[in-house]
Amino acid sequence: MWQRVARPFQRLSRRHCDLISEAVCVRQLCSSSSEFTDGSYDGLYPGHIPTTPTQKALLAVGSGVAALQDPYRHDMVAVLGETTGHMALVNLRDRMRNDPEGYTILTERPRIRLSTLDLSKMASLPDGSFGREYLRFLEDNHVTPDSRADVKFVDNEELAYVMQRYREVHDLLHTLLGMPTNMLGEVAVKWFEAAQTGLPMCALGALLGPLRLNTSRLQTLFTSLGPWALQNGWQARCVLSIFYERRWEQSVEELRQELNIDPPPVIPSASKKRST
Amino acid sequence: MAASVRLLVRRVTRLSHGHVTVCPSGPSGPSGRCCWAPSSCRCFSDDRNTHFGFETVPEAEKAKRVYKVFENVAQNYDVMNDAMSLGIHRLWKDTLLHVMNPQPGARLLDVAGGTGDIAFRFLEYIRSQRERQRRHVARSMQALSWKDISDVYAAREGGEDGPRESRAVVCDINKEMLKVGKQKADSMDMSAGLSWVVGDAEELPFDDEQFDIYTVAFGIRNVTHIDQALQEALRVLKPGGRFMCLEFSKVRDPVLARLYDTYSFKIIPVLGEVIAGDWKSYQYLVESIRRFPDQEEFKRMIEDTGFYCVRYHNLTGGVVALHSGYKL
Repeated sequence: MWQRVARPFQRLSRRHCDLISEAVCVRQLCSSSSEFTDGSYDGLYPGHIPTTPTQKALLAVGSGVAALQDPYRHDMVAVLGETTGHMALVNLRDRMRNDPEGYTILTERPRIRLSTLDLSKMASLPDGSFGREYLRFLEDNHVTPDSRADVKFVDNEELAYVMQRYREVHDLLHTLLGMPTNMLGEVAVKWFEAAQTGLPMCALGALLGPLRLNTSRLQTLFTSLGPWALQNGWQARCVLSIFYERRWEQSVEELRQELNIDPPPVIPSASKKRST
Repeated sequence: MAASVRLLVRRVTRLSHGHVTVCPSGPSGPSGRCCWAPSSCRCFSDDRNTHFGFETVPEAEKAKRVYKVFENVAQNYDVMNDAMSLGIHRLWKDTLLHVMNPQPGARLLDVAGGTGDIAFRFLEYIRSQRERQRRHVARSMQALSWKDISDVYAAREGGEDGPRESRAVVCDINKEMLKVGKQKADSMDMSAGLSWVVGDAEELPFDDEQFDIYTVAFGIRNVTHIDQALQEALRVLKPGGRFMCLEFSKVRDPVLARLYDTYSFKIIPVLGEVIAGDWKSYQYLVESIRRFPDQEEFKRMIEDTGFYCVRYHNLTGGVVALHSGYKL
């Protein structure tokens, strides 16, 4: 008699164990840590970490505080951008889709990496061409296109690509706008990006960046550089919709005209201290 | 349910077709997983697998990956401990010392001791014990006659062996963690009586019967072969020596367990990302806690190794368990 009573309990406990082991099995099947494998990964793209809305909120707050405390923590700035940028990314993606060149980018998914750039060919281009100026910018400021963090917390594969493209285009924007990587140059680019993309992270950077500038630079920012950056941000074509990789030979002036960007009113002198 | 049935079926068909696949060498993926990935993945069919958090990896891989995790987190390890446990880890470690109650002259081996928390507490405890002893001796000497006092001084100067100095050896497989510990010791000016040794818990670089106390705090769950680590502990302890292990364990109360799970899986990786910039390492750490045997099973493992009087205390409702056993 006891056996008959015990049987349903046994079945229940076995089912519970099955559920747990199934959870572990499924996790085993699709888990990874991206630094070790490329073949398979948890989530929608390599490096994707799925998060709940609560986790995103916590990440946004935490990364915001961390980035304010230590602006050199680029990973925190990146996380802040990813967790707060959903609406702006959708907007950007739609603008890209509506532009023929942007649509090509969304389908072909080019990545700007040292491995994909033909540096010797770019160095042989004439001065004033976009490729040559970009290379000069990289050398002068000792930066490399590979230093951009991968996108982790965007829960849509296409939007994650848009975010990644935005990060990779940032250096190209410096070249297009003629801004160095000192604080003033960075703030100017941030103002341009905030007007262009509407990403909350850019807006926050645009608001808080000036706090770290001295008075004379603040003056330059508010009188000439800032308004120019904002104006051009609004009037320019969507900068993410340009297939830069096919335009290295084009001259910077011509590219600026095509994008509807005016040349900068004043170029802040690149100080010895490189700040990004 | 259906997923696990599918897994079983696939495993059976793979075995039956003699499907031999080899995983790409180097920083390769878990072999248990790539057999189901299309095309280019091959697994040695006789590779022993173990768990790395909720993943399955070849045993040879696990040590490397654990090393990488702790290399990444070493600089922020103490800050993260305070943040994740809201400072409670300090109470756990203090409890370990109180239960240990070491006497002056004891020799401690702290395995997986990394940043040295246990070793520092040990030396502090010994120092305060010694102070207490000295005060006790001084008090008892208040009513002595002059002759007795001079006898005591003579005996002290006579080259009688002073009390044996306590030594603490911190052993860890990870050089980064030891580096952080050494920096802490230098900044706190506590380097006297401390040694820092690189070593593997499964194969300790010490002779037999060297230590009075062996501790391992929050480290043994990262070892690939826990039974080997326990064997080594038995080997290096003197007869009468004590084995003590502080480790995360199973929470019995279902409400607390639910809260603890939510906190572990949802909040801790976020903290890891914000403070240390490393989500994945902290996800591994919370997963590895779930993979560790519970209180009773670990107690049995310790008894099987050959320790006696094995007991455990649950701290914070079972979040942490302190296991202790003696070598006789």
